[in-house]
Amino acid sequence: MALVFIPTMLQHLTAGTVQVQIEGRTVRDLIRNLEERFPGIREHLLQDGDFRPDLVVAIDGEQALDLSERVNDNSEVHFIPPIAGGI
Amino acid sequence: MAEATAEYKVIGTRPIRPDGADKVTGRAIYGGDMRLTGMLHGKVLRSPHAHARIKSIDTSKAEALPGVKAVMTVKDLPKAEARMAAAGEMPINVKYLSNNVMADEKVLYKGHAVAAVAATNVHIAEEALALIEVDYEVLPPVLHVLDAMKADAPLLHEDLKTTELGQPTETVSNIASHIQFKLGDPEAGFKEADVIVERELTTETVHQGYIEPHNATALWNEDGHLSIWTSTQGAFVVQKQTSEVLEIPVSQVTVTPCEIGGGFGGKIPVYLEPVAAVLSKKTGRPVKLIMSRTDEFEATGPTPASHMKIKMGAKNDGTIVAAEATLMFEAGAFPGSPVGAGCMCLYAPYAIPNMQVDGYDVVVNKPKTTAYRAPGAPNAAFASETVIDELAEKLGMDPLEIRRINGAKEGDRRVDGPTFPRIGYMETVHAALEHEHYATPLTGPNRGRGVASGFWFNVGFMSSVVINVNSDGTVNLVEGSTDIGGTRASIAMQAAETLGIPYADVRPSVVSTDAVGYTDVTGGSRTTFATGYAAHDAALDVMAQMKQRAAGRWTSDETPVGPEDVTYADGVFACTKDAEQKLTFKEVAALMPRTGGPITGRATVQPRGVGGAFATHIVDVEVDPDTGKVTILRYTATQDVGTAIHPSYVEGQIQGGVVQGIGWALNEEFVYRDDGSMVNSSFLDYRMPTSLDLPMIDTVLVEVPNPGHPYGVRGVGEVPIVPPLAAIANAISRATGKRMTDLPMSPGYVLSKTQNGD
Repeated sequence: MALVFIPTMLQHLTAGTVQVQIEGRTVRDLIRNLEERFPGIREHLLQDGDFRPDLVVAIDGEQALDLSERVNDNSEVHFIPPIAGGI
Repeated sequence: MAEATAEYKVIGTRPIRPDGADKVTGRAIYGGDMRLTGMLHGKVLRSPHAHARIKSIDTSKAEALPGVKAVMTVKDLPKAEARMAAAGEMPINVKYLSNNVMADEKVLYKGHAVAAVAATNVHIAEEALALIEVDYEVLPPVLHVLDAMKADAPLLHEDLKTTELGQPTETVSNIASHIQFKLGDPEAGFKEADVIVERELTTETVHQGYIEPHNATALWNEDGHLSIWTSTQGAFVVQKQTSEVLEIPVSQVTVTPCEIGGGFGGKIPVYLEPVAAVLSKKTGRPVKLIMSRTDEFEATGPTPASHMKIKMGAKNDGTIVAAEATLMFEAGAFPGSPVGAGCMCLYAPYAIPNMQVDGYDVVVNKPKTTAYRAPGAPNAAFASETVIDELAEKLGMDPLEIRRINGAKEGDRRVDGPTFPRIGYMETVHAALEHEHYATPLTGPNRGRGVASGFWFNVGFMSSVVINVNSDGTVNLVEGSTDIGGTRASIAMQAAETLGIPYADVRPSVVSTDAVGYTDVTGGSRTTFATGYAAHDAALDVMAQMKQRAAGRWTSDETPVGPEDVTYADGVFACTKDAEQKLTFKEVAALMPRTGGPITGRATVQPRGVGGAFATHIVDVEVDPDTGKVTILRYTATQDVGTAIHPSYVEGQIQGGVVQGIGWALNEEFVYRDDGSMVNSSFLDYRMPTSLDLPMIDTVLVEVPNPGHPYGVRGVGEVPIVPPLAAIANAISRATGKRMTDLPMSPGYVLSKTQNGD
């Protein structure tokens, strides 16, 4: 199972749970299973069936490009803001 | 993947840049050089008020002026709806983008565009601006982040509701969002601390200060196709943003990037391009607009002023056990400051078990901020690195030693959660500790030495490269990355290395959006990494085809030869089945007409494995006790640069970043009157450092190859601006015995601190 880190901004949906082990071979599976565990969280992660534009899903530190991205059993999954630079 | 011991033939050398001759002889084509048949000249009317409601605009007198061909206002743009679009480094709100190009209903900062004119020359255009009558209802401006956050503050946007920890609220305010990151248990961590330091620190608005102003030339052709020539960090981003503002397909817009006279993040948003396009459509003629320096200061995107609260606790042995921070950033007129990045970079150099960082994105009546070299990170590091320095001071510890004790390494976790891959922060600290500069005692009165560290993520994004082989064995490399800081060279060098040919045999060209695949901006320190990655992959594509051609020449019924039987080394293809069979790269190129025709390699990438960058700086200063003037005596910057593709250009990036940081630290600020008008909107009064203000900036290239890139490349362009603010503040503090908590540390400020500060 992947270790999913719940950002502070969504912890009101998880009763304060910060980390949770979730089954799922893809990001889509993970979010579906997260929704089962914490109803209402999906709408904070997805928009129009894709990632929200103000959120990056990082699997083991690398940005997931779409919901079909593979997740390993020992993966860490984070939800973080996007980054931009200047040169 | 890269190895530290790998030996390269081209990478690591210092060849002359391909665009060098054109730039030093004045032949390079910049946006201001554009001349098209029948071209008109445009000018933009800008708001004299920082905050006002537009009651009416009468353009009739301007339109009647002889020589005026068109006048536009926001009514000539499609009514912008609030929606997010991928049109830059980050998704953007199209309504905000459009309303920043041309004010709709309200002006939100002095300099906000309200109308534009196209005329037969610039003088007539300027005269026409004076004839446009705008009736304003002037509103009270709000200019400082803390004022804007008050419940009774004047509202910039009556429909802006605060997003609180990710949740939409019904609270209408100037606070666009409040974010938070938390790791461990800060409250428990502080209970373990023997020493705690708390500070409030501020920075002012500063500008990138690129020497070439924004410009755009547009031709809306009779067939409906729009062509734009402009100075931009990303032609495809201009294409996308313009198409969003004008609500036309991207396929209807061709953007040709001219040479660029600096950007540093400031040349990612569009300001003039949609205006030039509309004026061209209305007149049927090409229209060119160029900003003045005052326009640049008053109407383009600077980096935000900020107010920051920092609290850090450490044990007597120097171990930092807890840290908290609240960062409040001014977004300018529309939401979107880099406070998120600031929060994530703040404590990144350190492995701290318990952290909480809160960030507020706040709108004020100033120009909409945009990216500036590691956006958000210099502000944040000014705060955190100042407090860490004070922690070290209170513990009686060397300021580099406390960084060595707590420095982040592979596997340590950032405040936003992810763990670091292989990074070189500790190497930069060791390089600083072992440097002759740090070992040399600083003597003399009123002198102090400061150190500080910094982090920037760097990004990957998307790039495309095409390599065409010429019959003489040279190649043309086609790319979409605007050349900033010598990226033509650094990308061509990676292609040459992969192809096994001399650097001089690679001719790179930066082309229009019609001529290459999508390529993101030259920004985020991504270009040598990502477009270089594409050049490497495109070169591999060429090599595969050339091996196929060589094999085809050598194969026979008796001895079938496939590409897998062909080796390549030192510019020579050889057959593993017949040692007599050899062809040079140039020979295979010359044989193209008889082996299948032209050879073109191509690659598009969206690379993972971006390597973050760390830097640690040392600076010596002398403070004039009578005037407060600070003189930089010596400066040394150590940085993990991954593999230095072209060391001179890496050094140049570091030196440039440091110099901008010195200006930010000591002199630069937007000075506003109470009515929101800027006092110092010229280079005469906005004081950037010159060579006369600076010593040699010594650089130490610490090469920790990034395992995520074929040649170990890390972005190098942004992180060097992160440490200087705090390093100089710490040096002044050591010289004066007073903590510097506000930027800029101008003579008057330093004097007041030394006379009255704590």
